[in-house]
Amino acid sequence: MKPEVDGSVVAACAVVKSFGPTPALRGASVAAGAGEIVAVMGPSGSGKSTLLHCLAGILIPEAGQVWYAGGRVDTLDESARSSLRRDRFGFVFQTGQLVPELTAEENVALPLLLAGTRRAKAIAEAREWFDRLGLDGLEQRRSSELSGGQAQRVAVARGMVAHPAVLFADEPTGSLDSLAGEQVMNLLTDAARAEGTTVILVTHDPRVAAYADREVIVRDGQVISPNRVSP
Amino acid sequence: MSVVPVTLLGLLERQPSHGYDLKRDYDTYFGRGKALPFGQVYATLARLARDGKAAAGEIEPGAGPERKRYAITPRGRAEVEAWLAEPVEPEPHLQTVLFAKVVLALMLGREADTYLDAQRAAHLQRMRELTAIRRNGGVVDALLADHAMFHLEADLRWIDVTNSRLSALAQVVRP
Repeated sequence: MKPEVDGSVVAACAVVKSFGPTPALRGASVAAGAGEIVAVMGPSGSGKSTLLHCLAGILIPEAGQVWYAGGRVDTLDESARSSLRRDRFGFVFQTGQLVPELTAEENVALPLLLAGTRRAKAIAEAREWFDRLGLDGLEQRRSSELSGGQAQRVAVARGMVAHPAVLFADEPTGSLDSLAGEQVMNLLTDAARAEGTTVILVTHDPRVAAYADREVIVRDGQVISPNRVSP
Repeated sequence: MSVVPVTLLGLLERQPSHGYDLKRDYDTYFGRGKALPFGQVYATLARLARDGKAAAGEIEPGAGPERKRYAITPRGRAEVEAWLAEPVEPEPHLQTVLFAKVVLALMLGREADTYLDAQRAAHLQRMRELTAIRRNGGVVDALLADHAMFHLEADLRWIDVTNSRLSALAQVVRP
């Protein structure tokens, strides 16, 4: 039975996950439809990042189910989950995600190279994103030569370059000032909507969550669904 | 409905009271340094009685101000219930209303966290609308939207902090 899965691209159903004796998720359920941007909010330690990691097949829950495109994720072996993450999912994290030895364009091309795309083709596809995300002229820079906002835009390009079905973004503007964060969110959501990509956006910042179509609140390892009452 | 009448109704739901007791409790829990004039208390109670939301008992013997004990009616109770369930239109300077709703809900043993969750959802919906204005409008629109969003953010932070303090607050305001 997959109660929340029908019509959704990615879903977690009654997911339980602990770290040692500490419960992180206690029956959390959430689902996101095609092209939908869902903000996952909650206080520090509420379990929102753990929920993202379970949805993305990075962590395996102890109970409950994780679904992607009508198939179970949590029952796949590590190799199959790794392929799924590489081929169908994109990721943007808060900081420290660019490979410092690579140029910006090589960083963006990385998911394509790992998937076996020829280097010339991968670099060409990566360069298209430099124009889309206002990064022209930065292709040969290394991460240490980029501002925080530029580095996050490179990270967004890398997350989107393989045209993922789902982009997982965990506090993507957490290390940026408000204007740089705004620019990253504008570009990230524009790119996702243009591509029809579903976005799971973990954030504690209501200004970032306001870019989403809707929000869910994680509290004490469970997803709270407030009754929406029109003011 | 404005805050004072429904707050007095809520205090009456807690227990039937004289005007004097209502004023004292209002000033203690909701006045925040600004005492409610006796005249406003009795005028409000008279209107609530006229509208069938409260019922006045017989005048009791004794010196001093009017000695009628008021009790809430089913209609008044329904009004309190509806008011507590309804998120406020998100706009700046809501503190008085948000605060009154949380304290009254706790005082009456209702679920303040449910109200706070609904209010958070209403605020975030308004922030989505303002974000669309900021993205699609001109600089002046963006600046006005920014101002509103900063106030809503302050409310949201207050909502989150209050949510984590509900147990402690309940111990203070419950009789």
